Amino acid sequence: MDPQNIWITFPEVLIWFPLIAGLVAFMLRSANAVKNWALLASLITLGVAVSTLIFTGEKYFHYNNVAYFWLRYLGSSFSLGLDGMGRMLILLTAIVFAMIFLFIRNNSYKNAPAFYGLMLLAQSGLMGVFLATDALVFYFFWELALIPVYFLASRWGGDRRIQATFKFFVYTFGGSLVMLLGIIYVYLHTTPTEFSDHSFSLMAFRSVLMNPVQQLWVFGLFVFAFAIKMPIFPFHTWQPDAYEQSPTPVTAVLSAVMVKMGVFGVIRWVMPMLPAAIVQFDNVLIGLSVIGIVYASLLAMRQNDLKRLIAYSSIAHIGLMSAAMFSAKAVAMQGVMLQMFAHGINILGMWLVVDAIETKLGIRKMSELGGVAHRAPALTIFLVVLAFANIALPLTNAFIGEFMMFNGLFQFNVWYAAVAGIGIILAAVYTLRMVQHVCYGETNALTSTMTDISFHQKLVLAILVVVVFVFGVFPQPLIDLTKETVVDLLSRYK
Amino acid sequence: MANINQLIWWIPALPLIGFLLNGLGRKLWSKSVAGLIGSATVFGSFVLSVLVFNALQPGSTTVAHLFNLIDVEGLKVGVDFQVDALSSLFLLIITGVGFLIHVYSTAYMHDETAPDFAKYFAYLNLFVFSMLLLVLGGNFIILFIGWEGVGLCSYLLIGYWFKNLDYGAAARKAFVMNRIGDLGFLLAVFWILAKIGSADFATVFSSLDKLTPVDITGITLLLFVGATGKSAQIPLYTWLPDAMAGPTPVSALIHAATMVTAGIYMIARSNALYSLAPLTQIIITIVGLATALIAATIAIQQNDIKKVLAYSTVSQLGYMFVGLGVGAYTGAVFHVMTHAFFKALLFLGAGSVIHAMSGEQDMRSMGGLKSKMPITHFTVLIGCFAIAGMPPFSGFFSKDEILAAAFAQNPVYWGLGVAGALMTAFYMFRMYAMTFTGSFRGTHEQEHHLHESPLAMTLPLVVLAVLAFAGGWIGIPAVFAEGMHRLNDFLAPVFAPAMAKATPHHLSHSTEYILMAVSVGGALGMLVYAWVTYSKYQKSDAQPTGLAKLMANKWYVDELYDAVIVGPVKALGGFFHHVMETRVIDGLVNGVGKAVQYSSRQLRLLQSGLVGSYVLLMVLGMLLLFILQLFFAK
Repeated sequence: MDPQNIWITFPEVLIWFPLIAGLVAFMLRSANAVKNWALLASLITLGVAVSTLIFTGEKYFHYNNVAYFWLRYLGSSFSLGLDGMGRMLILLTAIVFAMIFLFIRNNSYKNAPAFYGLMLLAQSGLMGVFLATDALVFYFFWELALIPVYFLASRWGGDRRIQATFKFFVYTFGGSLVMLLGIIYVYLHTTPTEFSDHSFSLMAFRSVLMNPVQQLWVFGLFVFAFAIKMPIFPFHTWQPDAYEQSPTPVTAVLSAVMVKMGVFGVIRWVMPMLPAAIVQFDNVLIGLSVIGIVYASLLAMRQNDLKRLIAYSSIAHIGLMSAAMFSAKAVAMQGVMLQMFAHGINILGMWLVVDAIETKLGIRKMSELGGVAHRAPALTIFLVVLAFANIALPLTNAFIGEFMMFNGLFQFNVWYAAVAGIGIILAAVYTLRMVQHVCYGETNALTSTMTDISFHQKLVLAILVVVVFVFGVFPQPLIDLTKETVVDLLSRYK
Repeated sequence: MANINQLIWWIPALPLIGFLLNGLGRKLWSKSVAGLIGSATVFGSFVLSVLVFNALQPGSTTVAHLFNLIDVEGLKVGVDFQVDALSSLFLLIITGVGFLIHVYSTAYMHDETAPDFAKYFAYLNLFVFSMLLLVLGGNFIILFIGWEGVGLCSYLLIGYWFKNLDYGAAARKAFVMNRIGDLGFLLAVFWILAKIGSADFATVFSSLDKLTPVDITGITLLLFVGATGKSAQIPLYTWLPDAMAGPTPVSALIHAATMVTAGIYMIARSNALYSLAPLTQIIITIVGLATALIAATIAIQQNDIKKVLAYSTVSQLGYMFVGLGVGAYTGAVFHVMTHAFFKALLFLGAGSVIHAMSGEQDMRSMGGLKSKMPITHFTVLIGCFAIAGMPPFSGFFSKDEILAAAFAQNPVYWGLGVAGALMTAFYMFRMYAMTFTGSFRGTHEQEHHLHESPLAMTLPLVVLAVLAFAGGWIGIPAVFAEGMHRLNDFLAPVFAPAMAKATPHHLSHSTEYILMAVSVGGALGMLVYAWVTYSKYQKSDAQPTGLAKLMANKWYVDELYDAVIVGPVKALGGFFHHVMETRVIDGLVNGVGKAVQYSSRQLRLLQSGLVGSYVLLMVLGMLLLFILQLFFAK
């Protein structure tokens, strides 16, 4: 089809629609109206995200890729594109926001229009990160996604929110600035285009020629931004604080989608660009990641606050993804793809369960909980299923990803796999400890007032549980979706 | 056969359907419907297993491929169900014994509320599904899926009465210890995948020439680590006695008859690998013997009827590993089968006793139940004879086969094995005598309630008693009658790779008779001694002292693990939590922040607004540049 006849493309819809919806949300007056509006908008976005799965391939190229003129003489255009990995993460983002909005329908937030508006703006920014095919555009959205989240956390967060969000902001913003230097450095080494001496386009970045020493410098600049975002040990300390102090829906966005920005950024931008540097530093990166797995798991065992426990658990899981990613083995990389999606779904479920408990009882301390299973059997069943998905039990989605990642890591180095494997054991320890402290035993004065979750909350968790099992038994569609990205990337590591 | 192929996947599918029906509809139907769904689905699987068993051509292997679980470059995992002699035998045990235990449970769990009752049967069906997946899996990964699945069900069922936090702790302990083993298993699978590129049994066992001796030793040892977790061997056995917190039928099904034999199944399945790893075989034999003996010594001093049986299970599993270690694969599988019969029988019998005693498990408060519960008494007595290895009960044949093979390997193995067998006879008849003979030592209220259990409970007991009595006759040793070891002939194709490499050793008939006479005679002596001694048992508050105290306290192994492993790991977590995370890493991060703040505050002082100081700084700066120029310009 002639590209001239296409008046709108998928990437445009996915960015502009949440943005406009967010701006509209700010203008709405009543809390109920804005709730419904946000839910409707996120469901429409979800519909669009699902339909991108159908219109793939050469035939629909012009529906999936678009570029506006933008700073043409600098060699930058506002260009967006969808590939397999992008589709998967777009879908994850769309699912996460729709499920959050449905789940928190009965929660009340002061100044609800601003809350929902900022959430939608964050969604738009995240979509942009996953869609950008121009380094400047990527950087633009990378920062843009952060700003609404920062305001959400600092205005609706917990008691220590100012301190925690400041740390979070300075940390990630500092990393981003260094990355910007890296982007400019790479830009200056790209080949001339028709209109400019250099180019910011993804194609130009991926085909940039730099000798190994230059690669090391650039790598040094990029790695901080991504190491902080993921996070890789020891750049992780912002995360438990930020997760704990943010309102739980925002925490869910942070950990289900935003940490994937780090993994995504490395796979989309850094690894294709700097193969020599990655290969040189792989042992350091994987070593730190593996240390992080065990370290975070041990810390998770000692947490009393549910949110901090899940935060450390998430650091451990991301550590495995990071280790597998830097091993540059095909099986491991494919596992990372699966796990990005699986981790997003599972941890979203965990946060929603925490949100339900916190909204009903006002506490998150495990020492003050107990016996929830008597009062809220449905919630308990969902928590138990999600907990076992979190520890990658077979037939849940996380198992396939973890199995493949460990397999690749084993091929890279047996000992990394063996030490990282300790995380498998510790994950069982802290997750089952959490389940026991929250659900089992006798009720206390507080938990005896607990009520079970409402219908729409059951619906949300049931959808997530279905996703958990569907991709645990039939992961192949996700594998096929992302196969091309993996093959393309690893062709640079032969 | 095409239609058999189509039947195979229904075998695990039926219990899965039962799980879904009972799990999702637990609030919808009554207890009888829930019990019916649970039992009928397993019975359906049993019927199908019999059909598959009958259709099986001798020595043939049928593989049913459903779909590909994972298909990427370098890793292809199919959902393959494989039926051969070994798996078909396990199918029969799992679904047959499983069905009896489901029926038994309908009566045993009758005091539960309807949703809990349905939940129980849902878990039980999920367990049967996982166990069937485990033995049907045509590659190591499907096997592993079942392997972890049974661990999950074990966790759920041990902690079934979740109000009690101790039960929850026992469930967690079981799961975590299994996971330690599972890590070993997983690493072995990755090793196999790295070297062979496939985890399909057929491919792996036909490409062993790709493995170096180091690979084989490493892989077999790691797989064995997995087996020690699942099958409760040293050092990972301590979860099994704690697992008795679960309902008694669960103990019978999961923690005696089926799940705990998964490790034996897995090693028997991999016999081609193990027969190439002599070092691993020696380690397995030693671990098996040590477990058999230590567990037996602990069982002697236990007063909880279920704990006696639990340690007895650990001990009997040790014998099975001895069988595997000395290359008597048929003997090990034979013992799995007879053990499934008599141990399920003993657990269900114990359950019947506990049911009648209104939940009492302490044997010191029992006694004289013989007359009150005749069917339970008689069937349990058969079970005791079977486990004690008395001919012609089933346990005699399987245990004898293992012991004879152990003697051929090394007479010391045999001697230790017999020592364990004597202890077995002793503690089992101690249990029997304390429970059923003498006079009743419980409360009047308990005495008033004493009754024989209902038909749903006694019928499975009777069926299992028949099997425990006669189940050994399919493996009559050559010393009695040539060619009567049907099981051996049946399983021979599966163990052909191992048999081809094993050095044949035939004991003369007279040696075999002498060995048998010694072990049976000794066991008989212990049996009679225990029976006589404990028939006169009187309740006393005397605490055991000396060696008996060590044995009663399980050699303090739990305390040792707490001190050596659990404590330090917790302390390390605490150190990371209190020191590393807050002081060191965050201290560094905040330190950087403070340094920036500090230096900016100092720098701000320079911005004094006095033109004079600016000019001074300018001049100083220019001077500095000139000096630098002087030094570096050359």
